[in-house]
Order: sequence, then C-alpha cells, then structure tokens
Amino acid sequence: MNLRIQEPRAPKAPDAAAPAGGLVPVAVPSPPPASAIRTFLRERGNSRVADATFRWLMLLCALSIFAIVALIANELVVNSKLTLAKFGMKFFVGSAWDPVNENFGALPFIYGTLVSSIVSLVLAVPLAVGVAVFLTEMCPQALRGILSFLTELLAAIPSVVYGLWAIFVLVPLLRVYVDPVLIKLLGWTGLFMQPDFGIGMFAAGVILAIMILPIISSLTREVMTAVPHTQREAVLALGATRWEMIRMGVLRNARIGIVGSIILGLGRALGETMAVAMVIGSSPTISRSLLAPAATMASVIANEFAEASDDTYRSALIEIGLALFLVTIVVNILARLLVWAVTRGAPARAA
Amino acid sequence: MGGDQGRTGEGSLSNMANQPKSSTANRRWRWFTNHMASGLAVLSTILVIAPLVAIFIDLVYKGASSLNLNFFTKIPAPVGEEGGGMANAIVGSAVLLGVASMLGIPVGIAAGIYLSEYGRGSKLSTVVRFTADVLNGVPSIVMGVAVYALIVVPTKGYSALAGGVALGIMMIPTVARTTEEMLLMVPHSIREAALGLGVPNWRSMISITLKTAMPGVITGCMLAFARVAGETAPLIFTAFGNQFWSTALNQPIAALPLQIYVYALSPYDEWHRLAWAGSLVLIVLIVVSVSLVRYVTTRGVLKGAS
Repeated sequence: MNLRIQEPRAPKAPDAAAPAGGLVPVAVPSPPPASAIRTFLRERGNSRVADATFRWLMLLCALSIFAIVALIANELVVNSKLTLAKFGMKFFVGSAWDPVNENFGALPFIYGTLVSSIVSLVLAVPLAVGVAVFLTEMCPQALRGILSFLTELLAAIPSVVYGLWAIFVLVPLLRVYVDPVLIKLLGWTGLFMQPDFGIGMFAAGVILAIMILPIISSLTREVMTAVPHTQREAVLALGATRWEMIRMGVLRNARIGIVGSIILGLGRALGETMAVAMVIGSSPTISRSLLAPAATMASVIANEFAEASDDTYRSALIEIGLALFLVTIVVNILARLLVWAVTRGAPARAA
Repeated sequence: MGGDQGRTGEGSLSNMANQPKSSTANRRWRWFTNHMASGLAVLSTILVIAPLVAIFIDLVYKGASSLNLNFFTKIPAPVGEEGGGMANAIVGSAVLLGVASMLGIPVGIAAGIYLSEYGRGSKLSTVVRFTADVLNGVPSIVMGVAVYALIVVPTKGYSALAGGVALGIMMIPTVARTTEEMLLMVPHSIREAALGLGVPNWRSMISITLKTAMPGVITGCMLAFARVAGETAPLIFTAFGNQFWSTALNQPIAALPLQIYVYALSPYDEWHRLAWAGSLVLIVLIVVSVSLVRYVTTRGVLKGAS
C-alpha cells in the first residue's frame, strides 16, 4: 500500500526538482528509481500508438489469407482468358486434347480425376473406418500411441516418395500378382481388361488410397472420440455386444463427421499430383478398363506445363488448374462444414 | 475380449430375445458378428500399416546402399557417368525452405495471434479461420500454377524466389491455425497478470502470451516446414530445377524433391539409385521433425503455464 502511494509521487519529485537547479539536495539521489518508473510510464503512454499499430499489423496478416485466395483465383482467371474465350464451356465437354492443332477439351482429365478418386475412396474408406474403430474402441492403450503415430507418419511422407515407391515396388507387384487375379475374377465387368502395363488408373487409385487413408482415419477418429461416453455406456447397458455398441452408439452418432472426413479425403485425392502423375501413364484418353493408362487434371498440368510452349496450350493448362481450384474449394468447404457441425456438438445431438 | 463374451450372454435380455426359440442362434450370430467386426478392424489396421512398413524397408534397403559422402558433396554427374551426388539439390532445398520460412512463419504467426487474441468469437475471425482451412486444401499444383502466373511470367524466368514464395504461401494456413490453437491454451490469468503490471498490450502478447506458447508454436512451424519440405508439384514450374550449383534467388534452383522426381522418371539405373537415396534423406529429415513435434506435444506443451 505504502509503496503504491509513493510511486506516483516519485517521478514528480525530480520533475519539480530539475528546473529548480538542484536547490533541494534531497532530490539528488532519487533519479535512478524515478527514471525507471518514468520510462515505464512513458512507454505506457506511447502504447496506444504501438498497440494500434500492432493490432493493424496482425489484422493485415490475417487478411492476407483472404488476399492469397483472391490472388490465386485472379491469376488463374486472367491467365486462362485465352481458352476461356476461345472454347467457353465446350472446354469441359470436349474430349480431344490436341496441342498441335490447338484443340483442347478437358473431359479425359476430368474423367481421370473422378475415376481415380472414386477408386481410391472405395479402397480407403472401409480401411480407414476400420482403423479408426480399432484405435478408438479396441486398441490397448500401449499400442494406440504407436499406431496413431505410424498413421501420422504415413501422412507426412512426401507425395514424390510415394510416387517413387509406386513406380518401383507397387506397380510391378500389381502387374504380377494383383492384376491377373482381377482380370480373371472381374474381367466380365469390363473394368479390368488386357492389355495391362501395371501403370494406369488402377495403380493411381491404389497409391491415392494409401495416401488419403491417414487423413480419413485421423478425422474419423476425432469425431468418434467426440461422441459422448454416456452414449456408449447406454448402449452397453442395454446388453449390446461391443460391435453393436460401436455400430449403434458410436458410428451412428459420428456419421455426419465421418462423411465430412471422407469428403476431405476426396478433396485431397482430387488435387494429389506427383504420385499420380508418376504412375498413371499420362494418356489423354477415356477408356473403360481401369488398367489402361489415363491422366488426371493435376497430373496433366505437372507433366505438360513445362513443355507447353505456346500461349493457348499454356492457357488451357491454367484453365484446368482453375477448374481444379474451384472444385477442391467447393469440396473442402462442404467437408469442413460437416466436420465443424459435428465437433461443435449441437447438430449431432439433433441427428 | 473375455468381458465381452459375458456381455453377449446378457445381451439376450435385449429386445430380440422375445422369441425364445431362436435365442441361441441369435446369440451365436451376435457373438459371430462381434468377433467378425473386431477381426476386420484389426485386419484393416494391419493392411494400413503394411504399406508404411514396406515403404520404409524399401527406402532404407535401396537408399542406404547408395548413400555415401559423394551424395552430400558432389553435384549430379552427366548421364552415363558413375558417381555424382545431390549436394546442389540439398543446398537448393535449404535456400527454398529459408525463403518460404521467412514469408510463411511471420505472417502465419501474426495471423494466428490475430485469430486468438483479437478475433475471438468475431465473425471476421471465423471467416479467416475457415478460409485458412480451405486454403490448406488447395492442391499444391494449383499453387504452383498461380505463383507461376504471379512471379515467373512478370520476371520472365524461373527463379528460386518464385519457388520459395509458393512454398511460403503453403505454410501460412498451417502455421496460423496451430499458433492460434496454442495461444488459446495459454491461461487468461497470465495475460491479466502482465496487463495488471501495466505492460502494454502488444508487449504482453509478444513476450508473455507468445512466449508461453512458444514450444507449441515452434511445433506448428516445424509441421508446416516438414510438409512443404517434400512438396514437388509447386516447384516444377517455379524453381524449375538446376543441374549445377546455384544459390541465386533470381535463377532456377535445384531442390531435393524435384530431383527425386526427375531421376525416378529417368531411364538410368544410376539415377534411380540416387532417387532412392534422396528419398531416404528427405524421409529421415521429415520423420525426425515429426517425431520431435510429437515428443514436444505429448510432454505437455505449456508446462510453464499451468
């Protein structure tokens, strides 16, 4: 208390003393503590400006995220003007990709992107949900940490390393062991037919599945842990087995979030570039067989952009980039909204 | 497992047990599906872990055999010649990541500070947060094309700067979101204590709030760093790659992932070996940083705070 009363006075004392020209000898030893407080007060006086500046600086950086998205959109639109004007909507339904005659249609790539993503989702979703169920509901505590770390690692491996592994290990494996079986068993569907080079849509789908698995499973795990424990206990109390508890108590409650995580995985699969570009075979054709080489929107940009010499060619590739940008943004918004809805809790209870 | 079987027996009390005749069959069916589901969950976990293990074994097996001192000290040898390394790619990656960090980390941290300290609950911050999440999902190849149009076209040449900017932009959302999350974990009492002593607001944010959350913020930065370290797609037509020594920002520069990509698609065995070795180096770098992150986060990020 005492100190508090004295302190405000302290800076005043030397202030009064200074102009007096040292008439009061008592004031002479006091400057050191007084000046410390005065600088302190001065700092506080200035902090109004500093605080405002700091605030604006932080706001600017936060807004830069908007700016980046706007800038990307703007650059893509401006630089694809040439083909936007020349082909219009025909660009997305034309299936000819003929750089020599400057005739561009993006349909084969849209088809390739869709089909490779669907293949990867079909392979990845059951596995991802299985892993999430195992990790949240069954796994012994000791193993859980290690396994979730391993799945996290799977997400951290760069795309190009997946691609390298796919070229030299996965593709030969598929060609020798998996594809012949698929051709024999499912050949009648027309989805798996000779000729089989190993590389192609199916190989791309498999490597994509491996890549999106960790994303789907970690988010599914998140929404499953968000399901209240009382739900599980209630179902168990009714005499359900563990699987019944998981099905009725957990999966039912988490289903919206699981769908959200699947869509997020889809967003990743749509835009995945390097690994796909390395194993899909880069051929702008639409074929029914999944074993045939194909190309996706991302892979065609990666493979052809550097050699695209004339403006129309380049503009066509940028327009594909624009389409990819818009599609992934829509898919991501959808997924985020779903995941948010669940992890916030409110709509989940209503469902 | 043992406990569950007991539960299965009691389960016949549930609604389905009304028909006494089928109750044994019913119980058996439920016992079967229960164990079937457990088995499938275990199986899928094994199936997921298998490729990971396979990738690591292949990387170590094929990569380690071609790792030697030359790899770290020599530039690529001309086609057909033995030897050569990826020294220029390693240095190039370091330059690119340096540029990216200088752009991505400050902006990201500042955006995170805004989200947690000023924008708590405001509509603007919700939109910013959402945009950051969406930006995180934009394919890296699109980022590459955009930066190509933004920097490479006006400056009329591929450059290290363009590559660094592309990677830096990709770091911002990750850094911003983790910074925000970490700052939110700092107890209010600490901020109040600082402000109560008369410390200016900005000063308290930097040297109290941010400092308390520092381990977590660094974690986020390293996560973003590890993520862009392996990015190839945005570099193909920004940094472009280079077979020679170059550290100039206005020249094309080599990068490790880019070199791996080029070598993997080449027809030469010697280059394939180098690609495996490069991948091993890249993976070790990333695994070390992810493990470090994991170590820091599981040991309680804000030990000093609470």
